[in-house]
Amino acid sequence: MKWNIEGAEGWKWCEHPAGAAILEAGNAQYYKTGGWRTLRPTLEGKCNNCLQCWIFCPDTAVIVEDEKFAGFDLDHCKGCGICSEVCALKAIAMVDEQSAQEEDR
Amino acid sequence: MARTVAMTGNIGCAYAMKQINPDVVAAYPITPQTTIVEEFANYVANGEVDTEYINVESEHSAMSACIGASAAGSRVMTATSSQGLAYMWEQLYIASAMRLPIVMHNVNRALSGPINIHCDHSDSMGARDAGWVQLFSENAQEAYDNTIMAIRIAEDPSVRLPVMVLLDGFIVSHAIDRFDLLDHAVVREFVGEHRPVNPLLDLDNPVTLGSFSLPPYYFEQKRQLRAALDAARQVVKEVFDAYAAISGRRYDFFETYRLDDAEVGMVVLGSTAGTARYAVDVLREKGVKVGLLKLRLFRPFPARGVARALSHLKAVGVMDRSDSFGAEGGPVYTETKSALYDLDKKPAVVGYIYGLGGRDTGPTQIERVVEDLINVAGGETIKSPVYLGIKE
Repeated sequence: MKWNIEGAEGWKWCEHPAGAAILEAGNAQYYKTGGWRTLRPTLEGKCNNCLQCWIFCPDTAVIVEDEKFAGFDLDHCKGCGICSEVCALKAIAMVDEQSAQEEDR
Repeated sequence: MARTVAMTGNIGCAYAMKQINPDVVAAYPITPQTTIVEEFANYVANGEVDTEYINVESEHSAMSACIGASAAGSRVMTATSSQGLAYMWEQLYIASAMRLPIVMHNVNRALSGPINIHCDHSDSMGARDAGWVQLFSENAQEAYDNTIMAIRIAEDPSVRLPVMVLLDGFIVSHAIDRFDLLDHAVVREFVGEHRPVNPLLDLDNPVTLGSFSLPPYYFEQKRQLRAALDAARQVVKEVFDAYAAISGRRYDFFETYRLDDAEVGMVVLGSTAGTARYAVDVLREKGVKVGLLKLRLFRPFPARGVARALSHLKAVGVMDRSDSFGAEGGPVYTETKSALYDLDKKPAVVGYIYGLGGRDTGPTQIERVVEDLINVAGGETIKSPVYLGIKE
């Protein structure tokens, strides 16, 4: 079963699947947790695509394309910094989120 | 062929479990429940059932394993008592919130402290708001029958709730009683095949169960639980009818005894109903117009039916084998009184707390209740709750 997650907050009590079951697999992606972040991972050094960051990221927020590091999913990265810790080349810096946002603007 | 046997209530419950042949049983032994799981473990060891028996280190784990197994899609049963039920507390609410049709015996025993192993209803009464259906048993026959009916009630598509089968510790659980068993084949056909809804092991239709629920959803989801308990009333009735057809034993939400022409009456749960019925007969011989209402279904509470059945009485004595400390009386008392409130003409109600920690409650105590009720019918006031037979 698929549902329109956008409307879920307005569901009447009898519209919820019984037992608070979530009947659509993988829909956690609709819940954006990037807003929790105070530190942002940023690739500043040289990356050799060992992909330790991808293995360790608890939110699958490291994007990999063609077996190569391709950036961070900032909609879901909570800024925990594990990627930065496990990076063998110390290539990932955790920078202040607010300053990064100001720079983005 | 159905046959008559002499067994303890606990062995009767275990035997019903054998006939049901559940997929998973996860349990931890505790007095006075022990002989249920001990006997059932023998069936497993002897290959008489196909059940996966999970030995756990506590009741907290027992109920957790039951929840996991039920969510996976199994038919699951367990049993406990007193402290064990208390130790399952958080999982009781999770089982009902996840709408898992787990069937559990709770052999009623007083809660510590002081530590005590004997019968009262404080354990299951404490769990009355947990969203489980609760069926009380007066004797071994009813404990056996309730066990089989509980499976059908729990798994009905419009209910899908856990069910607790209650029997009085030692009085029913350990006393040898004569009662009738159904054939294995009849029981298996009655309970049918378990058809789980959204089982976790259905890999083609992956689902998430037991997820976090924030304020925009939780409130609606709890409202749904209330609706399920309300819907259970109708299903319980249907299952009772279906069971009457295979067993010849007809049950209802409650049974009345010599109540129709009575002036005063008592409300009781569990084994005390037998004693009360005897006392009613003795008093009727002396011309006292007294009757009895024995509740079987406590959750969902059959409020309207109870009110209707008691409405013609002048006084009602409600017997609670547990206290709700700080409340107006025991839980059966407040529930019954609340049910009567909407009647235009209502009986006076007196609440009695009796038999805590296994204190024996004989006919003399019941007669004392009836004596009180006659006085109350005559205009006297008695402050509730009365601790029946207390040393003072």
